[in-house]
Amino acid sequence: MEALSTLLLLFILVSAVAVSLVKDLLSAIILFMAQSTAMAVVWILLRSPDLAITEAAVGSGITTLLIFVTLKKLHAIHTQKEVENRDGKD
Amino acid sequence: MARIDWRRWIEEGGDALDRDMRTFQAITEAPEERDPFELPHPRERLTYARFHRWSHSKGERILKVIYFSLSVLICLGLSALLISTALDLPQFGADAELIDNDISTFYVEEGLRHTGAMNIITGIILDFRGFDTLGESHVLFVAACTVLMLLRLPGGDDPESQLARRRAEAFDRHFEPRGDVILANCVRVLAPLLIVFGAYILLNGHLSPGGGFSGGTVLGAGLILYLCAFGFARTGRFFNFKVFRAVTSGALAFYALSKGYVFITGANGIENGLGPGVYGRILSGGLLMPLSVAVGLVVGCTMYALYALFRKGDL
Repeated sequence: MEALSTLLLLFILVSAVAVSLVKDLLSAIILFMAQSTAMAVVWILLRSPDLAITEAAVGSGITTLLIFVTLKKLHAIHTQKEVENRDGKD
Repeated sequence: MARIDWRRWIEEGGDALDRDMRTFQAITEAPEERDPFELPHPRERLTYARFHRWSHSKGERILKVIYFSLSVLICLGLSALLISTALDLPQFGADAELIDNDISTFYVEEGLRHTGAMNIITGIILDFRGFDTLGESHVLFVAACTVLMLLRLPGGDDPESQLARRRAEAFDRHFEPRGDVILANCVRVLAPLLIVFGAYILLNGHLSPGGGFSGGTVLGAGLILYLCAFGFARTGRFFNFKVFRAVTSGALAFYALSKGYVFITGANGIENGLGPGVYGRILSGGLLMPLSVAVGLVVGCTMYALYALFRKGDL
């Protein structure tokens, strides 16, 4: 149990740093989501299932979705076709 | 000078000559249009050019160095502050010597008797700290209302708003999959599970881990997943603006009424005839179950409304 929580905390640390360093916004969101999911498991290990449910639903579910939609609205995420077109031109 | 318009003079009266004179003056005495970026004097232009060059080469570099070092310093200082505070905290899990703080023991020992909740966290959130939760629900509601005001497209039949709606739909279709078989089949299995699990968390909040916020978000996530797979045509059958308005305001009004009278009675709740919570009996624990359902409905509707408004500009 000790080893698992250490591993999870290390993962959280690494992904939290990676979120701020990654250039691609899509990858940053997915890293953020992974960090939240690991955090939910940590809450269970800390014996607070209430927080675990909320963290899993809000942190890795709703927040990610809302950020995705916002980025889409801001034209910050591109479809596969657009990426191919852009790379073809370069 | 403009020709005198006799017909107008006959019809409207007044002094036609005078009126024409005024238009003439307005034309001739209008201020001369100048290029706002043109600098009058050559020396001034030279100074400006030099400043421009400086700010784009040397000044920018200096500013960058200052910015970078300041940000690193502030970041290090804040982390040092946080870490030193965290080191001062009692060790995790240790029997902390919090002499003056017996409220946590009170909550754990007397919570069931005072609030009727087996899950003491729900008891604290919905009873001891009931007004906080009311405020939080209102914050969510106000956030949804603000997004509604900012992002809702006009619903009229005039060509302009029709064009806006069509454009939003085209933009949505460009990104979202329509009729995706894999997604639809996964959601056919997952969405009912998620929605039933959300309802379970809501209804069992006073007996087992869970409560309004977590259940509401799970419910909202299930609805959003359903929307992603089957589109607005399917969700619009049971969830539209009217439903959103009725459910959220009704739930908030119920919460406010069932907590607000405590202001008058002075923290003494009226008997509700349900008694303290008992494991396995949903209809126990006083008003906690309806309250957590109300909070959950507000949260779930708000989450779904935020997502739908961002995607389509309507509910």
